[in-house]
Amino acid sequence: MSTELRFDLDRAWRVADRVAVRPEPFGALLYHFGTRRLSFLKNATVLAVVRSLADHPSARSACAAAGVGQAALPAYERALATLAESRMICERPTS
Amino acid sequence: MSLVEQFERGLDAPICLTWELTYACNLACVHCLSSSGRRDPRELSTAECREVIDTLQRMQVFYVNVGGGEPTVRPDFWELVDYATAHQVGVKFSTNGIKIDAEAARRLAASDYVDVQISLDGATAAVNDAVRGAGSHATAVRAMDHLRAAGFAGFKLSVVMTRHNIGQLDELKALADGYGAQLRLTRLRPSGRGADSWHELHPTAAQQRQLYDWLSAHGEQVLTGDSFFHLAPYGGPLPGLNLCGAGRVVCLIDPVGDVYACPFAIHEEFWAGNVRQPGGFATVWRESALFADLRRPASGGACRSCGFFDSCRGGCMAAKFFTGLPLDGPDPECVRGLGAEALGATDPAAVPRPAADHSHRRGPVPVAIGRPPARACDENPLAGLAVPAGRG
Repeated sequence: MSTELRFDLDRAWRVADRVAVRPEPFGALLYHFGTRRLSFLKNATVLAVVRSLADHPSARSACAAAGVGQAALPAYERALATLAESRMICERPTS
Repeated sequence: MSLVEQFERGLDAPICLTWELTYACNLACVHCLSSSGRRDPRELSTAECREVIDTLQRMQVFYVNVGGGEPTVRPDFWELVDYATAHQVGVKFSTNGIKIDAEAARRLAASDYVDVQISLDGATAAVNDAVRGAGSHATAVRAMDHLRAAGFAGFKLSVVMTRHNIGQLDELKALADGYGAQLRLTRLRPSGRGADSWHELHPTAAQQRQLYDWLSAHGEQVLTGDSFFHLAPYGGPLPGLNLCGAGRVVCLIDPVGDVYACPFAIHEEFWAGNVRQPGGFATVWRESALFADLRRPASGGACRSCGFFDSCRGGCMAAKFFTGLPLDGPDPECVRGLGAEALGATDPAAVPRPAADHSHRRGPVPVAIGRPPARACDENPLAGLAVPAGRG
C-alpha cells in the first residue's frame, strides 16, 4: 500500500492541527482529534523528524538533521507518506 | 515488535479510558454494564473531576469516553466537558439522548474536541425498547434529529449487538447514513445487569458468523474498536484493535473514583485502586499490581494449543469471568464452540456476581417488550478507535 503513496520530500511540512504527539518508549503515538485516528511512530528518529518538520524548509532537510542517511531515506519517506495520507502531517506554505 | 505486542506490554498512560461520571440514569436497560439507575452519594465532586482531568492532561491521555449512567444528567456535565477540552483531553460521550435538545446540539456542533455517541439497540422501536425501555427509541431519534439540524456531522450511532438486532444490520447502517452519522457496533457483555440478560440476548453462533461477514464487507466504514477480536478466527482480523486493552492501553474510572481494568469488569477481582488515593490516577495506572499482571504475556492456558489463539487471544476476560469460565480458557462465544461447551459445565451458584448495583429499586427487569425504562450505556473504551492495521 505505502509503496504507491507519493510524498514530496522537498516540500515543507508540519504536524497537522488537532494532532497530539505523545512520546513512548518505542517511538510515539499520534492522535488526530478530527479524524479520531491513531498512528504509531516506530522509533525515536522518526519522532524527531516529525517534531522538527515545521522548523525545516523541507522534509528532506528535517530527515538529514535527524541523522537519517541516504540508505534509510526511502523508509522514512514511506513513513511520512503514510502520515500525510492519514492527515497527521500536512504541507505548509512557504514564502 | 508489532503494535499489538507493544500494546500488550502496556503503555505509560492509557490511550483513552472510559469514565463513568454517574450511576444515575433515566433508563434501566436490561443489559446495562454498570447496573446504573441511582446516583451514588460518594460520586466524585466537580473539583475532584477537575483534578482527574488535570492528571489525564499531564499523562497525555488523548481522550475520555464519558458514560455512566447517563452522564448528561450530572448538573456539571457541560462544565466538565469544557474543562476537559480546554485541557487537551478530548471527550467522546455516550448518551441515550435525553438532554440533547436543540441548544445542546448547537453547542456540540461548534466543538472540535467533543464527539457524541447516541445509544440505540435496535433500528425499530420494538426491538430497541424491549431492551432499553419504552420511549427510548423516540428519545434517541429526537436527539439525532437535533444533531443533524445543528450540522453535527459524523456523530456515532452506537449499538450493542444482540440476538434481536443482528438481523437489522443493514437497517441500522441506513439509519446512521441518513443522519450523516457513523455506525459503531459493540459486543454485548455479561456485565452489570447484562449478567442476568446475556444468556437470552447474546448472538447465536450463526448470528456471530453473520456479523463477522457483515463487518468484513463494511470494513472501516463501521467502527468496532476491539469489540469483536474474538471473531477473528472466522477468517482474519477485522479493522480495529485486535487485542484486549484492559489495564494495558485502556481502563475504567467509575463514578466513585474506583479504577477497574475495563468498563465491563466492575468487580473487586479487576479493581486497581481509586483516584482519591495519594498519587491519584497516575499512580494507580503505573503501580497497580493488577495492571502489572495484565501487562505480562498471557499463558493462553487451555487455549494455548488452539491454532486460532494468535488471532482471538482467548477472547474477552470480562465475558469469561461473569459467565463463570476460567480466565485462561475459551471465551463463552468462542467461534469453535468451546466456550458454549464449557458454559454447560459451570456451576451457576459459583458464577461471580457484578459488584455494585445501582439499579432503580423496581425489582428485576426482565427482557420483555413494554417494560419500563431501560438504560444507555454499553461503552467499550476502544470501540470507535481507528487503529492502523499491520503497521509497526
